[in-house]
Amino acid sequence: MSGNEIVTDVIIIGAGPVGLFAVFELGLVDLKCHVIDILDRPGGQCAELYPEKPIYDIPGFPEISGQGLTDNLMKQIAPFGAEFHYSQMVTNVERLDDGSFRVTTDAEETFVAKVIVVAAGGGSFQPKRPPVPGIEAFEGKSVFYAVRKMDEFRDHDIVIVGGGDSALDWTLSLQPLARSLTLVHRRDEFRGHADSVNKMRALVADGKINFITGQLARLEGEDGQLSEVLLKTAGGEIGVPATRLLPFFGLTMKLGPVADWGLDLHDNSLVKVDTEKFETSEPGIFAIGDINWYPGKLKLILSGFHESALMAQAAKRIVHPNERVVFQYTTSSTKLQKKLGVV
Amino acid sequence: MRIIVTDQNGVVHELEALEGWRVMEVIRDWGLNIRAECGGSCACATCHIFVDAEWQDRLNPPTDEEEDMLDTLPDVETNSRLSCQILMSEDLDGLKLTLAESARQEEAA
Repeated sequence: MSGNEIVTDVIIIGAGPVGLFAVFELGLVDLKCHVIDILDRPGGQCAELYPEKPIYDIPGFPEISGQGLTDNLMKQIAPFGAEFHYSQMVTNVERLDDGSFRVTTDAEETFVAKVIVVAAGGGSFQPKRPPVPGIEAFEGKSVFYAVRKMDEFRDHDIVIVGGGDSALDWTLSLQPLARSLTLVHRRDEFRGHADSVNKMRALVADGKINFITGQLARLEGEDGQLSEVLLKTAGGEIGVPATRLLPFFGLTMKLGPVADWGLDLHDNSLVKVDTEKFETSEPGIFAIGDINWYPGKLKLILSGFHESALMAQAAKRIVHPNERVVFQYTTSSTKLQKKLGVV
Repeated sequence: MRIIVTDQNGVVHELEALEGWRVMEVIRDWGLNIRAECGGSCACATCHIFVDAEWQDRLNPPTDEEEDMLDTLPDVETNSRLSCQILMSEDLDGLKLTLAESARQEEAA
């Protein structure tokens, strides 16, 4: 294959707390990892859903925030030099003749590894789609859930929907190059940064943008090209000319491509594993953390940590079948302490 | 103590509820279709419900935190609430609500 292929021991899908701790456990048994995540930073749900919220059930931490736990884990796994590949989603997994796997992402990176660890939590984070009839036909043409190139919005009539930082930030950034810009939110209060809210209100006061309290109702247009957005407001339905629509309702999790890799699923939404190795129905592919299922499963971070440790022992036997696995403690083993860089 | 829940397919369920439980937990415990992704910490809005008009004023109003999360829902209405933010008590015996489409669990193809 092409020379761009990254060859490693283990591919970990998901950089949430459990994926991160898997780097640690795999590192202790000398396995090198590459970690792939759809978000642009580590932490998974901890970083995306509740960075500021305290977690009370991590052993040894009476209270720690989602971000605090993520930061600590990153520090804890630093000695193992895992490489991180952010903002991409694993789309394809195929088994090669020698039993290893080729993993491809939507950013067209390719990896080859003997073991895959699916630590994808609730699946991949994807933008929430407004329940507007026929919106699919406009997506990627005139309705976007992210701004990749600002130039694609130049001289357009832009409608932005939402009340958080994404909606506010893009309102401020796109206003100078838009032909017109309308911000729509369900109420006249915003949860974004106060500074952004003030700047936005100043633009409204100067007549540079419109703000409408209301919600998306319908879209008008042809061949994926939007011409008008119809809004439901307290005063009835109103139409706003629009050639670009940016709905910002945050992210939600979808199981996504994992469902297509031929793994046995539970309830069509979780990956079945054994409780000895946390291996899926496909030998060499493990699933740990919130994404797996076995009788008695509890979706707790601590369950995922336990699963990481057992998975690592099994992964070691796959990657180095001829090496004896000696179980050791970090408190007493100088070998392990050397790996951790503490002696 | 009971709550009366209309699911996303229009089927009505009468669910036994316990004092002090979150309405989300009651719905989840009975196995209805609710994602409740974050487990009740008001961080995801995937336990979205619509409260029947007659009950709207009998609930504690949403906190700022809940309002902020409601902002992230594309299908919000004036009677939208997050069911993890409603605690069951005797006063709410007979509470009627409808599960929102945005609370539906995703099913793989």
